[in-house]
Amino acid sequence: MTGATLIILALGLPLLAALSIWMVGNHPNQREAVTLSTAVALLLVVLAILPLQLAGLPVRLALGAPVPGLSIAFAVEPLGMIFACVASFLWIVNSVFSIGYMRGNDEPRQTRFYVCFAIAIAATIGLAFAENLFTLFICYEALTLSTYPLVAHHKNDEARQAGRTYLGILLGSSVVLLLPAIIATWVLTGSVTFTPGGIMAGKVGPVIGGILLLLYLYGIGKAALMPMHRWLPAAMVAPTPVSALLHAVAVVKAGVFTVVKVTVYIFGLDYLRELAMADVALYLAGFTILMASIIALRQDNLKRRLAYSTVSQLSYVIMAALILSPLSTMGAALHIAVHAFGKITLFMAAGAIYTAAHKTKVSELAGIGRRMPWTMGAFAVGAISMIGLPPAAGFLSKWYMLLGAFEAEQFFAVLVIVLSTLLNAAYFLPIIYAAFLKPEVANGHGHDHGEAPLPIVLALVTTGAGTILLFLFPGPALELATRLVG
Amino acid sequence: MADLSVHLPALQVVVPLVAAPLCLLAGRAGLAWIIAFAASAAATATAAALAYITIHNGTISYHMGGWPPPWGIEYVVDTANAVILLLVSAIATVVLAFSPASVAKEIRPGSQHLFYCMFVLCLTGLLGIAVTGDAFNVFVFLEISSLSSYALIAMGGQRKALTAAFQYLIMGTIGATFFLIGVGLLYIMTGTLNMADMQARIAGIQDSRTVVAAFAFITVGLALKAALFPLHLWLPNAYAFAPSAVSAFIAATATKVSLYVLLRFTFTIFGAKFAFLNLPLNWVLLVPAVIAMFAGSLSAIFQRDVKRMLAYSSVAQIGYITLAISLASSAGLSAALIHIFNHGLMKAALFCAMGCIFYRIGTTRIDDMAGLGRQMPWTMTAIVIGGLSLLGVPLTAGFISKWYLVQAALQADLWWLVILIALSSMLALVYIWRLVEAMYFKAPPPGLEGAREAPLSMLLPTLFLAGANIYFGLDTRLPVAMAENAATLLLRGQM
Repeated sequence: MTGATLIILALGLPLLAALSIWMVGNHPNQREAVTLSTAVALLLVVLAILPLQLAGLPVRLALGAPVPGLSIAFAVEPLGMIFACVASFLWIVNSVFSIGYMRGNDEPRQTRFYVCFAIAIAATIGLAFAENLFTLFICYEALTLSTYPLVAHHKNDEARQAGRTYLGILLGSSVVLLLPAIIATWVLTGSVTFTPGGIMAGKVGPVIGGILLLLYLYGIGKAALMPMHRWLPAAMVAPTPVSALLHAVAVVKAGVFTVVKVTVYIFGLDYLRELAMADVALYLAGFTILMASIIALRQDNLKRRLAYSTVSQLSYVIMAALILSPLSTMGAALHIAVHAFGKITLFMAAGAIYTAAHKTKVSELAGIGRRMPWTMGAFAVGAISMIGLPPAAGFLSKWYMLLGAFEAEQFFAVLVIVLSTLLNAAYFLPIIYAAFLKPEVANGHGHDHGEAPLPIVLALVTTGAGTILLFLFPGPALELATRLVG
Repeated sequence: MADLSVHLPALQVVVPLVAAPLCLLAGRAGLAWIIAFAASAAATATAAALAYITIHNGTISYHMGGWPPPWGIEYVVDTANAVILLLVSAIATVVLAFSPASVAKEIRPGSQHLFYCMFVLCLTGLLGIAVTGDAFNVFVFLEISSLSSYALIAMGGQRKALTAAFQYLIMGTIGATFFLIGVGLLYIMTGTLNMADMQARIAGIQDSRTVVAAFAFITVGLALKAALFPLHLWLPNAYAFAPSAVSAFIAATATKVSLYVLLRFTFTIFGAKFAFLNLPLNWVLLVPAVIAMFAGSLSAIFQRDVKRMLAYSSVAQIGYITLAISLASSAGLSAALIHIFNHGLMKAALFCAMGCIFYRIGTTRIDDMAGLGRQMPWTMTAIVIGGLSLLGVPLTAGFISKWYLVQAALQADLWWLVILIALSSMLALVYIWRLVEAMYFKAPPPGLEGAREAPLSMLLPTLFLAGANIYFGLDTRLPVAMAENAATLLLRGQM
């Protein structure tokens, strides 16, 4: 099959699935079968693109241009490939988990849930393969709009309030900051196409370039650079599979993916090195890493703690991209994949705990590891990956970030990474310690429970194992990351 | 058919003109609606045919009654007015498709056929203004459209509709009088009323103070009719208190036609050199335009009634159009015409959606619309699409408008204008967000929890218009091709 056909399939399959899910909405088993089979098919399609990409063949699809110069077009490049692989693989796992969770908790409006989910995946794939900022922007907005009903799933006041924050920040920042930045880029350089080496060199002065960098960093609200991060903890009211989608599969990844794309293909690393604002942005990212970790330390609600951990981990990617050495850029690309696997494991573990034990607080988890050994085992793997220790994949990306930071002599970044590793350990290790080594506290309304339903355990064990496998066999991911930096 | 197609420019006006008294004679709402709808559908078909011919064969000249110009009245159709004819007649048709349920609810049973009569008469006037090549004829049709729209606005349910109509009548009459004085002065100086003839004769006497005065009268008169800031004061009340269908139709078309006439007089008759080099029309238009962009949007933010909010938004959007005109370049005129077209689509969709809401809850106050997102999901979808288009988000028609506007400003090396355009768009985000917030994030007020989705006969046209906003955000060939062609024609041999 040609590349264009494959891209059409990759975009069309999830959309077709959304339609089919909607049509068979009254038959849960068929509905879930559609989701699962499409997820598998999508992964196969994406994997079929991989050899073409590795062989250096162009994989491109142009859909037309509303105005001359602005086209809706898709082209696969290494970073997008990594993102698409991660997203399409995790869609399968997350779907298995969703089925267990949504049925286990008797959630309402499940059909709507799966429809929006599939549309969000289509938007994510489109975003990953976007050939230019214009196409990317459209997919970015489509992702926001399709995930909004998921965030506001429960339809109560709390969910509505969260939905308001979610939509307000993401839509607002993108329209007020990102869109003008894109238009300014077009006006200044005459192009918005992602081009290796960037398009700004020689065309944009340092002052305007600095302003544009800030517009991009804050305009891409999904990357949750403080103070744009507020939507992320707010969105925690959604069902856990949605949190997994936001934190691992699609939304925040779309944010940092866009940041890396813009730094590598729009600004260009060489151009950014000339830019004083790049250092300022680096400090902003470093500040977010530390600040979010400190806030995470103080959260008792498990999901909120994970949410702030995400805010911190996202800024790792932003900071790694802004260290501006090829090695750290590889680290940024790898971290997108690595964090996805680790964080989805953690969230699914949190969901498993909620489903089996109805516990949401860190302080209630003493001794739970003996009742739910698989869940907490996977949780431990995820946590180790977040901290960045072997044998979890988190070590890999941090390693490259550190190498890059030393190479570029960015000692501020080194310091931030070291400090935040300590902080990560400080907010994850006590959970693991309490779960396995502390005795269970009888609190009166506790009840006997074992592991969560099988699909849930299966899903989180898979991603937990994936986190370790990615450490042991990083081959293809490393290969793609190397190609990203040429 | 062959000889019929020759008469298309005349049919464009004659069909709705004949339909209007027929509506009156019909005496019943149903029958009147059928006549009105058939007439406007025929007008749309005519406009489409004219657009096709002008794109492929160039300008059409039609001699009324076989009298050759400059003695007889000449109708001239080129791409500049073909696009206006198409917009006006298509919007009229969609709004008429939307109107039966709305009119049945809002207009007294006895006068519903009068409503359709006035509606078609207003359509006749607007089409006539656009199609004619005779300066005095423009005035005649301007009065036809104005008088009928005063009547239409006065049919609004609230008593305030009467004062709104009266306010509009006073201002509109002043505008039309100014226009007539201008045309009269030109007639004195040139001895002709035919536009092409006038253009030829005016070239030699441009320095005459009378011609300058004529130009000033015409510009101010038309600015009044087009509601250019600060001459917009009649507009918010007129749009807010008119019946829903009237708001949708007038907001989408009436001011646009006045702007077209301004284009025609400025560029075709007086010439860009006269207006922009001898006289400072660029500043005369640009400064109020920029103020309108901000003042209109700021006022919109503080409105409690959504129809009024949209009306102030129109003031701001008219600012964008006049801003584009003030650039006096090919790119600027294209941008102006594209935005005339696209803004018509946006406002028609939004005002139709307001009609749907009014039909169900009997008000368009923003507080009363709280929580409607769940009760009227499709209407709200149309509002969101219209709102996004108003903002200029990619994939909507509004983005295309803003895009060409920004390009035109950059071509003129007016950097700061681009920033002002961006900033004023942010203001639009504020009032659109207020609406979204009320609809989706607030609980319905007591007593209004049970609202249902609007009837299909209203919903479908509304969604059709919302869909058009997306369609013309993707496939821009028709408006862009016509606008660029028209810009070339308007600027032919000038600047």
